[in-house]
Amino acid sequence: MTLVAEEVRIEVPVSGSPRRGVLSRVFGRLGNGFMQLFLAVVAVFWLVPVFGLLIASLRDEQANTASGWWTIFTKPAELTLRNYAELVANQAVWQSFLNTFYIAVPATVLVVVMASLASYALSWIEFPGRETLTVVVVGLLVMPIQVALIPVAKLFGAFGLFGTITGVVLFHVAFGLPFAIFLLRNFFAGIPRDLIEAARMDGATEWVIFKRVVLPVAKPAIASLTIFQFLWVWNDLLVALVFADQDSAPITVALRAQLRQFGTNIDVLATGAFLSMIVPLAVFLVFQKYFVQGVLAGSTK
Amino acid sequence: MKRLSSSVDAAPGRSPRQAIPFLLPALVVLAALVLYPLVFSLIRSFFDATGDEFVGLSNYVNTFTDKRTLIAFRNNVIWVVVAPAAVTGLGLIFAVLTERIRWATAFRLVLFMPMAISLFASGIIFRLVYEEAPNQGVVNAVMVGVHDVFSPSSQYPNARPRSGYTQTEAGFAADAPAQAGDVIMLPLVGVNAQQVPAQALPASTPQAGAGELRGVVWLDVSLNGNAGKIDGIERGLPGIAVEAVRDGQVVARTTTGDDGRFTFPDLARGEVVVRLPLSNFELPFRGLTWLGESLITPVIISCWIWIMTGFAITFIAAGLSAIPRDALEAARVDGATEWQVFRRVTVPLLSPVLLVVFVTLVINVLKIFELVFVIAPGSAQEEANVLALQMWQVSFGTGGDQGAGSALAVILFLLVAPAMLFNIRRFRRERS
Repeated sequence: MTLVAEEVRIEVPVSGSPRRGVLSRVFGRLGNGFMQLFLAVVAVFWLVPVFGLLIASLRDEQANTASGWWTIFTKPAELTLRNYAELVANQAVWQSFLNTFYIAVPATVLVVVMASLASYALSWIEFPGRETLTVVVVGLLVMPIQVALIPVAKLFGAFGLFGTITGVVLFHVAFGLPFAIFLLRNFFAGIPRDLIEAARMDGATEWVIFKRVVLPVAKPAIASLTIFQFLWVWNDLLVALVFADQDSAPITVALRAQLRQFGTNIDVLATGAFLSMIVPLAVFLVFQKYFVQGVLAGSTK
Repeated sequence: MKRLSSSVDAAPGRSPRQAIPFLLPALVVLAALVLYPLVFSLIRSFFDATGDEFVGLSNYVNTFTDKRTLIAFRNNVIWVVVAPAAVTGLGLIFAVLTERIRWATAFRLVLFMPMAISLFASGIIFRLVYEEAPNQGVVNAVMVGVHDVFSPSSQYPNARPRSGYTQTEAGFAADAPAQAGDVIMLPLVGVNAQQVPAQALPASTPQAGAGELRGVVWLDVSLNGNAGKIDGIERGLPGIAVEAVRDGQVVARTTTGDDGRFTFPDLARGEVVVRLPLSNFELPFRGLTWLGESLITPVIISCWIWIMTGFAITFIAAGLSAIPRDALEAARVDGATEWQVFRRVTVPLLSPVLLVVFVTLVINVLKIFELVFVIAPGSAQEEANVLALQMWQVSFGTGGDQGAGSALAVILFLLVAPAMLFNIRRFRRERS
C-alpha cells in the first residue's frame, strides 16, 4: 500500500459526488432505505465491543462478575469511576502510563527529524547510490521486527541499554524510519523543482532550503507521519515486551500481567485498556484526516 | 556549506558530500538496528541455543519437526487463506455500498476507529466479547437468549428421584409399574431450594381417582423431615414433564401443576411405567466455549477482521473514486445491468488497488502476534499459536533458545520477502 501513497495522500475518500453508485441503482429508493438501515446496523455492530468495554470499566468488580455490562440499562446506578481512581492511584500503573509518553514522544520526534533530513537528501541532493538507497528503504518497509529482536537485545545488553526507555525508543526509531522516509520522500519529490532551484540561485545552502522551503511546504505530510508514528509507538506491545523492564514498561506491558485471571479481572483490565485507549482515541478523533492518510500510505509495516 | 550558484542546469543538489549530514543519522540507526541484525540473525540461526556451536541447518530441521511450530505454521496458513480475502471482500462491499450514502464518512470513521487503538486493547475488547460465562460475554449471552426462546432450558438441572427409579437414555423410569387408580409419590432430590419457582405451592398427596393415574412430584428435604414423605413445608415442583410408558411407547404425557401434582386421565387398562424425561434435568445451555481449543483461531480472526475492515474500505473507496465515470456510464448505455457493471467494469478497474490491499493484509497477517498473545488464554495458546508468537516464546518466553528463535525470525523474513519484491517493483514502475 505504501506504493500508492502518492495517489491517495490527499484525496482521502470523501463521498458526496453526485455519481450513481454501483449497487444503489439496483435497489432504487426503497432499497436505499433498506441499505442505510443495514449499514447503520453494521456500524452499531462495530461499536458494541468498544461500548461493552467502556461500560465494564465503569462498573466495579462485583457488578462485573455478577452480570454482563448490558444490564447497565436497567441498573444505571452501578456506574462508577472507582476503577479509574484505583488504577490511577496504583503507582506502577500510573508510572507505566507516563512511560508510554516518555517512549512515544521521543520516538516520534526522532523519527520525524531523521526522516525529514534523509528524505531531503534522497529527493533533492544528487549523490552516487541514491537510487539504490531509496530502493533499500522501500524494501525495508515490510521488514518483520522479529529479525532484529535477538541481535538488538544483545547489542543493547552490551551498551547497557537493555531494559531502558532509551533502548525501546531507539528500536522504535529504527523500525519507524523506513516508512517515515518513504512517506516524506514521496512528498518532497513532488515539490516543484522551480521552488528549490530558485532558492539555490539565491545562494541558499541545502540546510536553508530544507528549513525554509521544503519543511513549510511539507507540513501536511509531516503531520500525517507524526500522528501515525505516535500512535504506532503508543500502541506497541512486542517491542516493549522484549526491551523494557519493570520500571520502563509502557501500559500495555504493565497490564499484560493481569491477563491471567481474565474473568475475575475484568474491572482492572477493562479500565486499563480504556486508559491506554484514551490517548489514541482522542488523537484519532481530532486528527483523523491526517491519521487516515498516514495509515493509507503505510500500513505495510 | 555555502556555495555560489554557478550553474542553472537544474539537477538536484550538486555536491554529493552535502548529502552526508542529512543522511547520516538515519543511516547509522538503520544500519545498526535493522541491517546488522538481519545479517546477525541469519548467521545466528546456524548456531545452537547458546551460540557456541555451529549446527548447520539443524535449527531449521527442528523447526519443521517441532509440534508447536507446525501448529503455528498451520495457523499462519489458515490466517493467510481466510483473513485477507475476507477483509478485502468486506472492504469492497462496504466501499461500494457507502458510495452514495450521505453519512459515508461517518460510517467509514466508525469502522476505521479500531485501527487507532492498540492490538492489545482490541484483544481485551474481544476477550470480553467472547468470554464464556453468559453473564459476562455478550456473544454467549445472545446465544443463550436466542436458544432459550426456542427451547426453554430446564428448571431443575441435576435433580433426580430419591429412589425407585432407574436412569435410562430417555429419562428416569420407575422400577415398579403402575396403573389407573394408583397414586404415585415422586420425591425429587438434588434441587436447590432457591431454584424452586416462586409459584410453587405446598405439596400434598392427591386422592386416588378411578380410571386415573395420579401423582405428585415434590422437593423432598430430608434434613428436617422424613425422606420420601411429604412434610408440612415441602413444596411441589411445577412444570415437570411426566410420561406414561407402555411396552416402550409413550402413551400419555402431562406436566405437573403448581402444587406438583399430575394426572393421567383416560389411561387404558393395564400397567404403565411412569417416566420423567431427561429434558427436565438438563443443564442449561451456556453458549459455546469460544476461547477453547477448537474455536480460538476463528475467534481471533474475527477480531482482526473487526480491526482491518475499515482500513480496506477506506483504501478501496479511494480507488473507487478514481475510476473514470465514463467507463461506467458507457457500460450502462450499452445496456449492462448494475451487477454486470460491477463485475465487468468496476472490479477489473479496481483490481490493482485490491491487489495492494490484499498484499498489505497478507503482510500484516504474517506478523500477527499481539491478538493471539492477548485473546488466547494460556490453555488454548498452543492451539492458536502463530509464527511470530512462537518466535517470541522460543527466544524470550519459556524457550530461551536463540538459535531456534533466529531460525524462526529468518523464516518470517523469507515469508515477507515476496512482498518486499512486490513493493520494490511497484515503486520502480511508478517512478518510470
